Amino acid sequence: MKHFFIICSVLLALFSSQLSAQQSPVIATQTQAQLQQLTNNKLRQSLVLLQSIASREGVNMLPLYQSLLDGQLYFIKSDTKLIKVVKEAGKKHYSELFTDREITAPAKKAIKKIRVNNKIRIYLRKQIANLKLTANNPQVRQDAVQSLLRDLTPTTIANIAQLRLNEKNIEVQQMMDLALTLDSAIHGKLAVTQVSAIAQLQGNLEPQVRNTLNALNTEQSHPSVQKAAQQALLSIEQSIQFYGYLDQLFFGLSLGSVLLLAAIGLAITFGMMGVINMAHGEMIMIGAYTTYVVQLLMPNLIEYSLWVAIPLAFVVSGSIGILIERCVIRFLHGRPLETLLATFGISLILQQLVRSIFSPLNRQVASPEWMSGSWEINPVFSLTLNRLYILAFALLVFLALLFILKKTSLGLYVRAVSQNRAMAKAMGIRTARVDAITFGLGSGIAGIAGVALSQLTNVGPNLGQAYIIDSFMVVVFGGVGNLLGTLVAAFSLGIANKILEPTTGAVLASIIILVFIILFIQKRPKGLFPQKGRAAE
Amino acid sequence: MSKLSQYFSTRSGLQSSILPFVVILFVATLGCALGNLLFAPDSLFYVSTYTITLLGKYLCYAMLALAVDIIWGYCGILSLGHGAFFALGGYAMGMYLMRQIGDRGVYGNPDLPDFMVFLDWQEIPWFWMGFDHFWFAMIMVALVPGILAFVFGWLAFRSRVTGVYLSIITQAMTYALLLAFFRNEMGFGGNNGLTDFKDILGFSLQADTTRVALLITTAVVLAALLWISQLILSSRFGKVIIAIRDTEARTRFLGYRTDRFKVWLFVYSAVIAAIAGALYVPQVGIINPGEFSPINSIEIVVWVAIGGRGTLVGAIIGALLVNYAKTRFTAIMPEVWLFALGGLFVLVTLYLPKGLMGLYSQYREKFGPKPTQVQR
Amino acid sequence: MKIKHLISTLALSVSCAISVGAIAADTIKVGVLHSLSGTMAISETTLKDTVLMLIEEQNKKGGLLGKQLEAVVVDPASNWPLFAEKTRELLTQEKVDVIFGSWTSVSRKSVLPVIEELNGLMFYPVQYEGEESSKNIFYTGAAPNQQAIPAVDYLMNDLDVKRWVLAGTDYVYPRTTNKILLAYLKSKGVSDADIMINYTPFGHSDWQSIVSEIKKFGGEGKKTAVVSTINGDANVPFYKELGNQGVSAEDIPVIAFSVGEEELSGIDTTPLVGHLAAWNYFQSVESNENEAFIATWKAFIGDDKRVTNDPMEATYIGFNMWAQAVTKANTTDVDAVEQAMLGQTTPNLTGGIAKMNNNHHLSKPVLIGEIQDDGQFEVVWSTDSVVAGDAWSDFLPGSKDLIADWSSKTKCGNYNTVTKVCSGQK
Repeated sequence: MKHFFIICSVLLALFSSQLSAQQSPVIATQTQAQLQQLTNNKLRQSLVLLQSIASREGVNMLPLYQSLLDGQLYFIKSDTKLIKVVKEAGKKHYSELFTDREITAPAKKAIKKIRVNNKIRIYLRKQIANLKLTANNPQVRQDAVQSLLRDLTPTTIANIAQLRLNEKNIEVQQMMDLALTLDSAIHGKLAVTQVSAIAQLQGNLEPQVRNTLNALNTEQSHPSVQKAAQQALLSIEQSIQFYGYLDQLFFGLSLGSVLLLAAIGLAITFGMMGVINMAHGEMIMIGAYTTYVVQLLMPNLIEYSLWVAIPLAFVVSGSIGILIERCVIRFLHGRPLETLLATFGISLILQQLVRSIFSPLNRQVASPEWMSGSWEINPVFSLTLNRLYILAFALLVFLALLFILKKTSLGLYVRAVSQNRAMAKAMGIRTARVDAITFGLGSGIAGIAGVALSQLTNVGPNLGQAYIIDSFMVVVFGGVGNLLGTLVAAFSLGIANKILEPTTGAVLASIIILVFIILFIQKRPKGLFPQKGRAAE
Repeated sequence: MSKLSQYFSTRSGLQSSILPFVVILFVATLGCALGNLLFAPDSLFYVSTYTITLLGKYLCYAMLALAVDIIWGYCGILSLGHGAFFALGGYAMGMYLMRQIGDRGVYGNPDLPDFMVFLDWQEIPWFWMGFDHFWFAMIMVALVPGILAFVFGWLAFRSRVTGVYLSIITQAMTYALLLAFFRNEMGFGGNNGLTDFKDILGFSLQADTTRVALLITTAVVLAALLWISQLILSSRFGKVIIAIRDTEARTRFLGYRTDRFKVWLFVYSAVIAAIAGALYVPQVGIINPGEFSPINSIEIVVWVAIGGRGTLVGAIIGALLVNYAKTRFTAIMPEVWLFALGGLFVLVTLYLPKGLMGLYSQYREKFGPKPTQVQR
Repeated sequence: MKIKHLISTLALSVSCAISVGAIAADTIKVGVLHSLSGTMAISETTLKDTVLMLIEEQNKKGGLLGKQLEAVVVDPASNWPLFAEKTRELLTQEKVDVIFGSWTSVSRKSVLPVIEELNGLMFYPVQYEGEESSKNIFYTGAAPNQQAIPAVDYLMNDLDVKRWVLAGTDYVYPRTTNKILLAYLKSKGVSDADIMINYTPFGHSDWQSIVSEIKKFGGEGKKTAVVSTINGDANVPFYKELGNQGVSAEDIPVIAFSVGEEELSGIDTTPLVGHLAAWNYFQSVESNENEAFIATWKAFIGDDKRVTNDPMEATYIGFNMWAQAVTKANTTDVDAVEQAMLGQTTPNLTGGIAKMNNNHHLSKPVLIGEIQDDGQFEVVWSTDSVVAGDAWSDFLPGSKDLIADWSSKTKCGNYNTVTKVCSGQK
């Protein structure tokens, strides 16, 4: 009976997918009544109602499930009519649930959202996956099978087995086979069937495979089954471990790129100009706030906001940097320790300024769609996209800076002034201007770092404080005045931290790194790459 | 290094006398003490307990500034980690005060401090042993920071770490200690630190007389340290120290083991900071890892710079002034006091490079009698 | 002489400042002790504004005892010793009648000796680890049994969670809460292998390893949940990392005790939909009191987008109770008000009645909410009735015999029922 029902619903689904969306589907009166009851908003009832609806209806309820899952299902209070509210580019679109017909926007108070909780969401997702097994898009079918792996009921298996017969797409076939194999590994009637199923699972990294094998390994299963499961597990564990190391490496590189971004501006203002720039963190903060303001000004174009924010942050932080240099730092040449005090004062002022303008609360900076999520290489190894972009971005900024310093005339001036101010001046370089530009460059790059960090962490008045100490450590560890040293230092500290973290915990890892830096400086008092020649003294 | 010493070399030697300052210090302290103890609260001459504790705190900060000035102003070593020695001294005192609570804690456990009881510690850790004796705690106040300073200084000065590198690794040191003391496993009360002290040497910390006694002790210790420091710095040892500040390489070539001089001065300075910390804790009533934070250590340097480095009295005045300003600002204009403080730092660095004492000596040169300073 | 002058000005102005404060007395002074700068400003500034708003409202109603209320705002600057100093200043210089203040446990611990010595009165509005009951402090935030234990019950019973990750910032609140939860979970038969405990430093920003570890721990077949006591600033990068590594609320729900509407206003909540929080109040709760409160708040702060949160409700309840107690005692004298506070009831914002118990903790309902994409919470579960705050946890060996009772019988915050001793009392 049940099978018959499923086949019916599948056929119905195939049939109805041909129907145009404009036509209202035929809904049984009992279902109609239950849909009305959904508006009671009693969470415990909702699940029962949905189960009852699902047992009767098929794919025609997909819009209901989907809109419920996405939190788009509302009802009009006066006549309990279900409507869908879709927010797009800041505007709300209202439409009838099943027909997608646009309706006039009701008053805000006249409608109410239909609530769901995690339990209902899990149920909905399962229903949708079951219904989507017959979708037109192969990717959707594959995802549907994959999400069903976790909960393989006999009905689902029967359904998949049925669909497997007519499946053309190879990838979907493989996923379906996996589901069937998993099922026979667990429920196979003979030990031999189980063992051969397990043999097929060898090397598969789906978490569900491992869980199944674990269950077979520990349970009171047939000795041969247990042995096969053990073997399969061993090979899977090995590759998981391998990818685990890769994971750690990536985490380390990613932490390193954050350190590099934070420190690279300081490598200029502190490393090349000798200004102990305590306001460096605040330059990062200003960059992050620039991102916030940009997103505030273009709320419908979040996708592009970062492209606007990066140059703008450079300009804003850079100008503030030049302002600071012109007003304060130029009077303190040759007195590096005094710059510490003045910039410390400036950092207090900037923090309070931000607090007065933007309030002390953290500000919300959205991540563009293309930076969210992760790049899944296999089920146990995936790289988060935002970290990946930031890693690439950090290297790009570094290369650009290296290019400016090594290949342009500005870079030549900057290096000349930092190495021998008097000589440079004698050669006709306008040192005052170069100083201002150098400080502006360092600050501007700190601003760019702020844009990147706004994607990872809080945007608030304390943002800069969180990075200032780390930045100094990186620059000093790498060797003051050496950009390449900063790069190497950032990545080696990042990776070392991430290698230590799993065994020691985050706090101890940081302590060990700090102690290491202290000891390292004893061994090499001028950092990893000391400046050579006369300029070093 | 050379740039730095060029700057300092323009400064002349030691202040000839600290006597006027010590006299003022004692008059003010005794005045406040008598005002608090002898007069009724509604009398015109009454000095409130709030003022007493505030003054006590300021004097501890002044002592801390003195410690930084000794190595920065006289030896050119900019330590951004002196807060660590201060905090360690404070913790040693705090541990003694914690043990004095005995079974008067909220859990009434005679063997363990409250924070250990509720984190389920079974017995007191070994490093808490002995802290129920005042003398032991006092030795530890000086010994622990002293040893840390010795090891740290010995390593750093022997391998000739100087300038900003030294500053940054002192910062790393205090930051590492900050993280370590935050850890609850360390057994120092984690983020909450040590607090709710009851009495010291049997005298209640809540009593006005104890507070006044602590204030007077602080003033006496400050004066004594000031005097000793001046003796040391005007001695032969001090002359070498100043020579190191001005050109370390030349001093070394003259046959002085400069690293040893620097280490001992560093240890001396660390112990002063630790004593300041030990006197600070009973007066403010709490010690926690926040004292290790690098920002605190930078602030100390700012006090010294504002007062005028290389002048012992200047550092003390700087600490007193900045902290007084902080207290007033946070009360008068809580929303914008950081603007005022930040602005003060910038303006002082720009317009008073030698600090307030520089202003004072300028004033004396212009209007006062001929200076009687000892020329180098 | 310059120095002499400086010193004497210093000494003089200190003592002058002292004598001025005491004269005017036709107002009732309310001290506000919340950090306006430093790391905690982010959370505490809101509470300062809340108190100012409540004072304004009360003054519109004619003040108290025929006098107007006057706020005295100071900035302890997230500096813990400064909390003690400012408390002393408020009580002895400004002579305030009551203080609303503190957020972190350490700031409260710093204030405690001073406020007991000077016999002041303080209202502490934040959820905390318990293990304290002072005569001079009223705790209007949640104790662990009003937040953590109901939350775990919900996960266990409604979501069938079998494995637990207890993740927290390394300080006293998470430590204690996790100790209590660990004892509680074990009493429910959860084995050690199914519990993972993780501590991170303040402001931790790189969550990659930890999230991936959680993901691995949760991918082993049994339903897993994270109980998060991660503090303020570290939450944003934590949730961002969760979202990016694809940990959805349906796979591994995270229930937080320190994340409210205000923290969420700093995050894009789209990837967080379905994660949970346990509080005694949510802005989304529909009641007349709440509607009025939100409207007043938005008008007061002049920002239609500002949110309300649980510590604000705690401040609201504390303030109203204090006002009632002053009226009942007909004086602002601390001892009289303290006794009048006991048993005081006032409407809370979620449609019920809050009651002050004899242990200085409140009876409040416990709500569990799911994060929505607009940064609000949707209540998915709530206790049937109010839960009385427990000063001393029954799940810690050190405190299970202690009770707090400030009614006329015992007058002790830490009475040991076994040894019959009130430790620390003279």
